[in-house]
Amino acid sequence: MSAKLNRRRILRGMIGGSAVSVALPFLDGFLNSNGTALASGSPLPVRFGTWFWGCGVTPWRWVPEKVGANYDMPTELAYLKPYKDRINVLSGFDVKLDGIANQPHVTGNFALRTGTTPRELDKHNVPTFDTLIADVVGTDTRFRSLEITATGNPKDTYSRRNAGSINPSEGSPVAFYTRLFGDEFRNPNAVDFKPDPRVMTRLSVLSAIKDDRADLAKQLGAADRARLDEYFTSLRQMEQQLEMQLKKPPPAEACTMTAPPGDMVPAGYLVDEVIASHKTMSHLLAMALACNQTKVFNMVFSDALSALHKAGTTAYHHGLTHNETADPVLGYQIEATWYVERSMEALAYFLGALNGVREGDGTLLDNMLVFAHSDSSLARMHSILGVPMVIAGKAGGRVKTGLHVKGGGDTITRVGLTMQQIMGVPVNRWGTASMDTSLPVTDILA
Amino acid sequence: MHSLQSACLGLCATFLLASCGSDGGAIAQTATPEMRRLTEDEYRHSIADLFGADIKVIGRFEPDLRRGGLLAVGTSEVAVTRAGFEQYDNLARNIAAQVVDEKHRKTSVPCTPVAAKAPDDGCAEQFIRTVGPRVLRRPLNDQKVGALTAVARREAETSRDFYAGLEFVLAGLLVAPEFLFRVDVVESDPTRAGATRLDGYSKATRLSYFLWNTTPDEVLLAAVARGELDTAKGLARQVDRMLASPRFETGVRAFFADMLNFDGLAAVTKDPQIYPRFSRTVMGDAEEQTLRTITGHLLAGRGDYRDLFTTRKTFMTRTLGVVYRVPVAAETGWQSFEFSQNDPRAGLLTQISFLTLHGPAGRSSPTLRGKAVREVFLCQKVPDPPGNVDFTPLEDATNPAMKTVRNRLMAHSTNPACAGCHKIMDPMGLALENFDGLGQFREQENGSVIDASGTLDGAQFKNAVELGRAMRDNPATVSCLVRNVAGYAIGRSPGREDNAWLNDLKAGFAKNGHRLPDLMRRIATSDRFYAISTTSGDVKVAGGTH
Repeated sequence: MSAKLNRRRILRGMIGGSAVSVALPFLDGFLNSNGTALASGSPLPVRFGTWFWGCGVTPWRWVPEKVGANYDMPTELAYLKPYKDRINVLSGFDVKLDGIANQPHVTGNFALRTGTTPRELDKHNVPTFDTLIADVVGTDTRFRSLEITATGNPKDTYSRRNAGSINPSEGSPVAFYTRLFGDEFRNPNAVDFKPDPRVMTRLSVLSAIKDDRADLAKQLGAADRARLDEYFTSLRQMEQQLEMQLKKPPPAEACTMTAPPGDMVPAGYLVDEVIASHKTMSHLLAMALACNQTKVFNMVFSDALSALHKAGTTAYHHGLTHNETADPVLGYQIEATWYVERSMEALAYFLGALNGVREGDGTLLDNMLVFAHSDSSLARMHSILGVPMVIAGKAGGRVKTGLHVKGGGDTITRVGLTMQQIMGVPVNRWGTASMDTSLPVTDILA
Repeated sequence: MHSLQSACLGLCATFLLASCGSDGGAIAQTATPEMRRLTEDEYRHSIADLFGADIKVIGRFEPDLRRGGLLAVGTSEVAVTRAGFEQYDNLARNIAAQVVDEKHRKTSVPCTPVAAKAPDDGCAEQFIRTVGPRVLRRPLNDQKVGALTAVARREAETSRDFYAGLEFVLAGLLVAPEFLFRVDVVESDPTRAGATRLDGYSKATRLSYFLWNTTPDEVLLAAVARGELDTAKGLARQVDRMLASPRFETGVRAFFADMLNFDGLAAVTKDPQIYPRFSRTVMGDAEEQTLRTITGHLLAGRGDYRDLFTTRKTFMTRTLGVVYRVPVAAETGWQSFEFSQNDPRAGLLTQISFLTLHGPAGRSSPTLRGKAVREVFLCQKVPDPPGNVDFTPLEDATNPAMKTVRNRLMAHSTNPACAGCHKIMDPMGLALENFDGLGQFREQENGSVIDASGTLDGAQFKNAVELGRAMRDNPATVSCLVRNVAGYAIGRSPGREDNAWLNDLKAGFAKNGHRLPDLMRRIATSDRFYAISTTSGDVKVAGGTH
């Protein structure tokens, strides 16, 4: 009660009659005594997201030798040192082929995301598990999930419901900003709230156009009916987004506005541009999460067939993994590895962006479950054994961090199952054939 | 040897599918009613035709999907994702606001409201009954008209603006499933008891997107209302009208842009330090050049499709002239151009659009070019490379014994796991090695003279011009085009059950001198184009034409 009074008083003082939405510092009075929940009793939201980089690592320069706590960080992993205690490093979890051919840069990525080794990606009608998480935790936010890519190419996305329903990535920082914080954004910390009557009109028009659903569906085949259902589910989500705009959003402690980014979209996978775009998008995404616009995201740093390259060179990352001769003394591909190290540097930057947002008595990162991974371990051989994975954040206290967990050749689906269970998906086994498992990675569960 | 055989088997299987004989019998289950999502291109053309070319379509689209070589086939598989719906909604609201703004309302709204700041149900209903059927490509039922009129009234009251009401209604129509998707409607067939057929509006939609790449015009919809598309004569009359329209060229361009993978051109980048002449303008002009070459030859010149591989005639801009190293008199715009008889260039394969699309940023790739020739123009799928290849020798241009990419590929191809497929792809790509990564002519690579000779399915060639001749005379070139046009029309890869139809189309195509408009007419008037599976299962195969 006193918190409310405080808040009103302060807001009046700050706004002084202006109708402009302003971001407000969140007051400790809103939090319970240990800072993990709002005083109202509702806990700070836990968010999930994937972070993808293409073309793997050099295993002997990335995988720690020591298992468990106080693990060592070899050169390629060492970029994550500032977050050593906030992350878990997972090695030795394998994709099982079950006699299916390994399609370079596709099989590993989609097997670990869908739990089923794809025979043909075009016909692989199995959802990636981020969509299963979004279905559970993403229903009370403006966006069920956000897909973004630092490469600028909307087709760089590894989130999909099925082969015909692929979630496109946003590749333009300024378009991403507009989508998040444009006209339809309702600042959760704004004092004045008036529902927009035009939102009501939009709801009624959506209601009118979906009237003939049954008529449309009745003569279609099963596959087309499913596609039509998908359309109507998407329409329903639009309705939910609009309905949400009619209600005053709960305050969000860490939500502050930033200026719109410059109008630069990477083109042609120039590594400097991709890194710059990734930085901008990291901060925008952190703010989207802090402002409760979504609880699920999929971020792509580089595509699975990493086309990253430096200006003026003919060689690009993926090409180098195959074409570059390993240095005879050092024993690894120097040029290709440069891109691995940039990828880890970018991941560190991303975690820093989340960690830079204070929330509760910690940071946004503490209320996150970030699942970072690649498509292969040693890209040169397209190896899908021990695909490198990093889990970051404490998921609001649900996860123990600071560990190197070795899978010992276990199915990689154990990790996806664990992610889903942490995020509250009611699932006790996941995956098919040799990848079917009911064994979560209990080492990291708090 | 083993992998050579398996690679060949893969090819032969695809080839056989395209050319093996008829199996007659009933129409297979694959010919179910269609549900195809509009491509970005179809959407844009539809909006321009409905509301005027000056209406800006600003925003991003859900990516189209390429299946069986065509985006048109992918349209039967894509749905609308959550993020995609949001994008369509943004596009729709933006378009609707322009359509009813002060500048456009005079033409887009068929009546004037009693007061601009108040609801007017009569005028709103008139707008809905005029624009609605154009957008949704069929009449609206009274219930929907009533619901939308109520929406218009509500918003006009709230915002004290009659046109705002129309704006919201139109924004809604533009995200309706009947607009974003082409959904077939089936009706009972009065000429055959117990059987069903596509209704006239579904036929009109298929026709219009096939021949014009856009929404049906008022004349076509009026013909449907009169039942004309249900008679062979009426249908033929409409098809002939559409073929004679300037929009037919738009349709032909759309087909070739799809078949040639031109959606990929926007993403092509060449390293500016290696290819200083590369620019977005060059790429835009290169695409336009090829499409002009095609329509000039096939439509204006009523040429033989096969001659596209040997023609010396094309069009140039000054920007392109710099890359082709030919003089272009016109300072701006396009001029027709003909390469001389001893020029190393002839046909589509030697144009910049093809040469740049199939290669990385910093060099040419005979393998990718060869693969594209097989897959795009001959409909022969090349198997994916094995998972654990060592490409190191391919990139090492410093070895004095391996100055040209041919030398390096040969070294690479001694690996039996690779040799099988490379023998299928590389010769055609190597024939194009006289053109670098940007398509500029060169005699030498790293100081060694380029050897551009090879064979294609038994036909020998010494250079790119002769490769074009071999392509022209390869029977797969024609089968592949027929297969692609048919797949483009029906929105799925033709299957075994379509063989009789394909053979019939091919025979007619050959008889008429491989004239594309005749092939498209034959498809647009064939029963098979409108066939849907029926529960009775006794429908005869529709191989013939009207």
